[in-house]
Amino acid sequence: MNIQPLVFYAFAAILLCAALLVVFSRNPVHSALWLVLSFFSAAGVWLLLEAEFLAIALVLVYVGAVMVLFLFVVMMLDVNFAKLRERFRSYIPVGATVGILVLVEMALVLVGGYLSPGAVQGPAPAPASFSNTRMLGLQLYTDYAYPLEIASVILLVAIIAAIALTHRRRKETKYQNPAEQVKVHPRDRLRVLRMPPEKKEL
Amino acid sequence: MTLSLQPTLFHYLLLGAFLFAISVVGIFLNRRNVIIMLMAIELMLLAVNLNFIAFSHYLGDAAGQVFVFFILTVAAAESAIGLAILVLLFRNVGSIDVEDLGRLRG
Repeated sequence: MNIQPLVFYAFAAILLCAALLVVFSRNPVHSALWLVLSFFSAAGVWLLLEAEFLAIALVLVYVGAVMVLFLFVVMMLDVNFAKLRERFRSYIPVGATVGILVLVEMALVLVGGYLSPGAVQGPAPAPASFSNTRMLGLQLYTDYAYPLEIASVILLVAIIAAIALTHRRRKETKYQNPAEQVKVHPRDRLRVLRMPPEKKEL
Repeated sequence: MTLSLQPTLFHYLLLGAFLFAISVVGIFLNRRNVIIMLMAIELMLLAVNLNFIAFSHYLGDAAGQVFVFFILTVAAAESAIGLAILVLLFRNVGSIDVEDLGRLRG
């Protein structure tokens, strides 16, 4: 018995339930944790699609860094979340309408093109010696080398922007400013006085 | 319309469509809470990535996976900067309610 469909449906069900809980949770810490679960299930689905490197990269980079950042920020900010959910119920009709419309439009596109039998056959599973990482690496460093460099510049810009935005200078620290030190003129530091010598009565 | 139990391209694309629709609903419902909106944007990007990888597998083209690599990079950078802006917003305004952001009245 082929277990692959079962694995797909299990991961897909967990993914969709976790995504729904992200959106509908009252507590944003819960939302962040459900989002972590949905990323793990998505990584499982990607493993079924033989994209091993990207599945592991999703877990390491997204869950390990971005979601940890989200959790830090959510736990650090002291926000009154009850006030933010006040008019939640009144948004549900419009939200549900838009969601159903988006879903129906996408499903129509899919039914039109991809559902006829034999339309798109999946390839045979790759042999165990096939390395997805190696294939991606070969593509990235030859055909896509320029976008790779641009991506690294984007990450550098993100680092600089995040630090520049949130850096706070502590006012009580004493630090040297070499530019100011070099601009100093002797007359700012030293004043020569002419004083008559004191006459002492002998 | 025959819907087989064996997962085909249609199943993966439908999964991506469902995920995208859930995140759009999430943005509509949580329109006052900036943090949940950022999380819904991450879910949208996840749905799009799933789409790319499904096509990359079924068409045998590695370009889909390379593009997902770049989408992951840019999404991580965007989350970092978005959260930095959120922290700054909270420091200056004191809340993360979208309705309190009306300082630049036109």
